[in-house]
Amino acid sequence: MAQEMRILLKHADQINPESAEDYIRVGGYKGLEKARGMDPRAVIEEVKRSGLRGRGGAGFNTGLKWSFVPQDIEPKFVICNLDEGEPGTYKDRIIVEKNAQAVLEGMAICGHAIGSKKGYIYCRGEYPHLVQLLNKAIASAKACGVLGDFDIEVRMGAGAYVCGDETALIESIEGHRGNPRFKPPFPGVAGLWGKPTVVNNVETFACLPYILVNGADWFAGIGAPNYPGTKILTLTGDVVNRTYVEVPTNVTLREVIYELGGGIRGGKKLKAVQVGGTSGAFISPEYLDTQIDFDSMASISATLGSGAIFAIDETRDIVEIVTRISRFFEHESCGQCTPCREGTFRTREIMERISSGKGSIQDLKNLELLGKVMKDTSLCGLGQAAPVPILTTLKNFGHEYKRKLI
Amino acid sequence: MITLTVDGKQVQVPEGTMLLEACQLAGADIPTLCYDPDLKRVGSCRMCVVEVEGRPGLVASCVTPVANGMIVHTESPRVVEARKVILELLLARHKLECHTCEKNGNCLLQDYCYRYGVTTSRFSGEMPKFTKEDPNPFIERDYDKCIMCTRCVRACEQITGAKAISVAYRGHHAKIATAFDGNLADSTCAFCGQCLMVCPVGALTSKLSKGKGRAYEVEKVRTICPYCGTGCTIELNVKDNKVVGVTSVRDEELSPVNKGALCVKGRFGWDFINSPERLTTPLIKENGEFREASWDEALDYIAEKLKAIKSEYGPDAIAVFSSARATNEENYLIQKMARAAIGTNNIDHCARL
Repeated sequence: MAQEMRILLKHADQINPESAEDYIRVGGYKGLEKARGMDPRAVIEEVKRSGLRGRGGAGFNTGLKWSFVPQDIEPKFVICNLDEGEPGTYKDRIIVEKNAQAVLEGMAICGHAIGSKKGYIYCRGEYPHLVQLLNKAIASAKACGVLGDFDIEVRMGAGAYVCGDETALIESIEGHRGNPRFKPPFPGVAGLWGKPTVVNNVETFACLPYILVNGADWFAGIGAPNYPGTKILTLTGDVVNRTYVEVPTNVTLREVIYELGGGIRGGKKLKAVQVGGTSGAFISPEYLDTQIDFDSMASISATLGSGAIFAIDETRDIVEIVTRISRFFEHESCGQCTPCREGTFRTREIMERISSGKGSIQDLKNLELLGKVMKDTSLCGLGQAAPVPILTTLKNFGHEYKRKLI
Repeated sequence: MITLTVDGKQVQVPEGTMLLEACQLAGADIPTLCYDPDLKRVGSCRMCVVEVEGRPGLVASCVTPVANGMIVHTESPRVVEARKVILELLLARHKLECHTCEKNGNCLLQDYCYRYGVTTSRFSGEMPKFTKEDPNPFIERDYDKCIMCTRCVRACEQITGAKAISVAYRGHHAKIATAFDGNLADSTCAFCGQCLMVCPVGALTSKLSKGKGRAYEVEKVRTICPYCGTGCTIELNVKDNKVVGVTSVRDEELSPVNKGALCVKGRFGWDFINSPERLTTPLIKENGEFREASWDEALDYIAEKLKAIKSEYGPDAIAVFSSARATNEENYLIQKMARAAIGTNNIDHCARL
């Protein structure tokens, strides 16, 4: 029986997330203390060795990302990405609500490692209560003196999904329209106001105190070796337990859905699972024994992404679900690059045509071609990932499309 | 130096060069829409995508720095397929009225559709309905033809500095707009028309030249703008021996003063040339009526009058007022005449037009 493994959420609801004292009482800020006793380069090495990979979705080695930051350019910035806009994902909200101080500590550890004195938390516009919570948490940490000379400021988004992209997020903090930038240059070299900037996800930062305290080897030994640690998953859709769980990364999708998730509601059969949020791949049940870690998911052409697990039962109309998803992307495209701006609009049109029984076989071909080109040519991850639900359902559930055609 | 292979040809370029330039150096003709050599790059139209071996997706060559050992394909089937789809996507939002469009024959969308054989779009559906009349005498804004390359926005900001327009709204509803999506006249627009200069399609055109002749019908005569002493290079668009418009010369060699940038007068103030009200000969007023005179007669008349005033009332009874429309050299000469010939320091200038 698969079990939860709580590290980040160990003290959930037992401590007040606003209170630095509460957090210190359960061992908090020891990681930062330890890091500050180390050479910054040694901290980066330690994080690198732990194997921690970005929890926002891209899965890049965190220590390696930090190591690209040039030492001789001042100032440098640390940004915590709390623009959690992926539908079906709410793990960052849970982390802040349960363990906000760990996020602040993680940011300060990063600040020490890269030589930055200033951190920003970019909070999703739909989470106004977290802004309050974080501001109180920052005030409490400052009052305790644990942050030292590292300052953290909370900035609020205005509801744009695309600002979850680190470069669009940076544009937004700078006061511009939230359009992603082309890369390179990467934020590590030229980020906020053109200065070296590390942008990490909330969950990534929250892992750091525990890595520093318990050591890289301890962390590297948890879960899947290529993507070690725990991952907080959010279960939505037709599972019995629509909840969040923190699990080692080597659990399988089957364990997540049937053991932790309690199976499918009403005793129905599972039709498909979408992993990683709205832009994730739809996986058919034959792949349920795959581990949830980043590389295992990639091996079945899926992405772990933010860790959203959306299960749908046999009675659901997959074309209708994907049509709704296509409306989401049409609405969230920033409109900057051609394939995404026009492509998300046209895929929505075609999906609606098919879903309403007016589609043709040519529509399916066009959809596939358009999806391929969007994936190949879009400027940022939004446009590249937007066609994934369409392409994977066309591949794995093509018969459901075909039976709707005229 | 960085060495890379473009379409089987090896080229060497300095580090930091973008793939687009490296490909051009190798002789490849890369289509671009949002790229403009005078503007900051945005890499957004994705027309310039090329295939780099080992990279998962196609890369926008205008914003991808070269790397050693890159193997690049600029017209592979994958690249051509992507460019065709991008063109079809643009075509699906573009009001196709080439037969009456001012930019017919001078339109990048048309050129690239021709090059890649894109006759219709497989993605046709709802069209944008952005077009509305902008009440101004100079610039026609037809955003149903706009391809959202944002060259106009960048030219307005980076060449003119007016920042009158930007992108409003999101996704497919995104459009070029002034603040609060109003008229140009209510914005910081100076009607310099730099936006017209950089627009690759028929979204921005001159109202004054409308219907008077398209690019391939006019003879372009390079000359200097007569409006002020700056000396901007302009190009008179001449059809049937009449000036029907002014365009820019962007080549720095040929347009060293302004590199194509003009002001509202230079770009739009040419209608006086063929105006029936234009003076073509000097006039002398006699008995309250003007009569035509020769230049010799007019100049003699002026000299005689000036001499008479000077001898009766002294040189300081005369003042000379010069014009900004004259060149610096001409202005120098007129003050010289005032001081040396007439003997007065009463010399002034209208300072600007």
